[in-house]
Amino acid sequence: MKCRIFWYIVSLLCVLFAANLFWGSVRIPFRSVLSILLGEEEKATWTYIVLQTRLPQAITALFAGASLAVAGLMLQTVFANPLAGPSILGIDSGASLGVALVMLLFGGSVGRITAGLSVSGYMAVITGAFIGATLILGLIIFFSTLVRSNVMLLIIGIMMGYITSSAISLLNFFATAEGVFSYVMWGMGDFSGVSVAQLPFFCGLLLAGLLLALLLIKPLNALLLGERYAENLGVNVKRIRILLLLSTGLLTAVATAFCGPIAFIGLAVPHVARLLLGSSNHNLLLPLTLLCGAMTALLCNLISVLPGTAGVIPLNAITPVLGAPVIIYVIVNQRKIQYFH
Amino acid sequence: MKTSPVITASDLSIGYRTGRRTSIVHHNLSFRLYPGELTCLLGANGAGKSTLLRTLSASQPALGGELLLENRPLVAYSEKERSRHIGMVLTDKTMAGGLKVEELVALGRQPHTGFFGRLHAKDHALIAEALEAVGITHKAKSYTAELSDGERQKAMIAKALVQQCPVILLDEPTAFLDVVSRTEVFGLLHRLAVEQNKAILLSTHNIEQALVLADKLWLLSAENGLQCGVTEDLILHRRMDTLFNRSGICFDYAHGVYYPIVNGEQKIVVESEDETLLHWTINALNRRHYQCLSVSEENASLPRLQAITPNQLVLTNENGTQTFDSFNALLTQLKTS
Repeated sequence: MKCRIFWYIVSLLCVLFAANLFWGSVRIPFRSVLSILLGEEEKATWTYIVLQTRLPQAITALFAGASLAVAGLMLQTVFANPLAGPSILGIDSGASLGVALVMLLFGGSVGRITAGLSVSGYMAVITGAFIGATLILGLIIFFSTLVRSNVMLLIIGIMMGYITSSAISLLNFFATAEGVFSYVMWGMGDFSGVSVAQLPFFCGLLLAGLLLALLLIKPLNALLLGERYAENLGVNVKRIRILLLLSTGLLTAVATAFCGPIAFIGLAVPHVARLLLGSSNHNLLLPLTLLCGAMTALLCNLISVLPGTAGVIPLNAITPVLGAPVIIYVIVNQRKIQYFH
Repeated sequence: MKTSPVITASDLSIGYRTGRRTSIVHHNLSFRLYPGELTCLLGANGAGKSTLLRTLSASQPALGGELLLENRPLVAYSEKERSRHIGMVLTDKTMAGGLKVEELVALGRQPHTGFFGRLHAKDHALIAEALEAVGITHKAKSYTAELSDGERQKAMIAKALVQQCPVILLDEPTAFLDVVSRTEVFGLLHRLAVEQNKAILLSTHNIEQALVLADKLWLLSAENGLQCGVTEDLILHRRMDTLFNRSGICFDYAHGVYYPIVNGEQKIVVESEDETLLHWTINALNRRHYQCLSVSEENASLPRLQAITPNQLVLTNENGTQTFDSFNALLTQLKTS
């Protein structure tokens, strides 16, 4: 039965991935897309759109969604809190602060704007995002040793988010109009920011983070029992925490640097995966979360091109609409949901 | 056959070290923990039971003295080795509700499995065996969240069993359990200690059960440190009174319970041929601040209560003799007089 869920999800993922290639703001006939994908001669603009825009965008969505969802799952387990997530704990606002610093102070930018920029330009943005994300994550972990209550910890995360946003406002205040514009655009979230040239780099970093996450499945399961039990099962809790910090920091930072702070995928998708699977066992839960995250991101990307030629809906206008009801459902039904107890 | 201890401590100091400050909770503790025995650690809140257990499980370092696990210093063990020698059952809140019981128990195999924690036939056999031993085989496929508190504690004990450790430490395993589950868990632990030759040490506030089933008692108190011995030796050497150094509480050596000391202004002589009736008569009178005495010549002038049956209680005092047909009637009369 559990295998069947994986088959459903994988087939759905393939369908959504294909849909992302066949459907976009510009209407391109089905047959033409097919022949472009098969390498046949077609209209040059259509070929460009499919191969240089839609394909990298779908791949970006696939990787970013998977990464954010897996990061969310790891945070929920390590903080023993089903309501943890990169956006709630202020980790992606940390990444945003890093990005804002680089973009607004040094004039670097990401996305389409960086297409012409040197490698050092977007490297600077990613480094900024990574430092910001891991810094906040480190602070949260530090506070988690002082504050035992999970709700209190979430509130601290939200407070950190406020502090970083006020720092960002301040930076915006002093920045140039162009800088502010590109930062605001970035903040709306979008999967089109990764060019074909940047794609291997983007995917490589996220793959490294995902691989690290897969290697941590055994200690993640032990952590379900809490730190003292995990310790008694031979887990070096300190080292595992650092590795988890590295992995979640890398996944959140890279995804955020390129695609903007995308809310709710990290928070809601692990719940969807747990409910589908009916288990908290990371052996299957982590791979399923990864697939569901990729699927959700592809779905959101598909929705974002609904207006057709009129433009693109920002991702952060879509993800909360999908994600928030999931979280409300989970909270309302938490007495009935096993993994809360 | 002479068995050798699994854990030996001599002159052990336990406590906390935060930064440069050291606060010692106990020093000069010496004890041995033997396999095949259920040892109960008793003590008041704050006596240092948890600190001692944490030190034994190497969650916190000893501040001095020697602590040997199978004749090797505990600190010389790696985390992995330790996890194969000492299994723990705690009262910590877990997030394991979404795991099946068998998956939860399987986590206990982690110290023995490979990098990815893959379970082999041998592991599955051990898990089934442990579930059988604690009596929750029928719950193997249930979610941990669906277990009662008692069953959950048994599942955690099964987890400690599949760790295949010679020592199992339990921190208040019966804290949230009702009488039935409490008795079951104690009985189970005693049986496991004997049948599987484990050294089982548990801390508890459950003195009644501990006195019945513990092979050894460890009494921990701030004033007297750690006193170890076979349960009956400690009781009959009147050591139980040293456990709680507070006025107002006293150990009833005949019945194995603690009771509040009666500061009776009034004295009364009580007699009954029925042991049970005598016990409960005294219980009732103590609650009314009567100090109960047994029949003797010098007490002849005191009021006297003869409990013949629960429905025939004869009170003799300066006002003459009255017979009551229930404790309710007796106590009402005593209150008004």
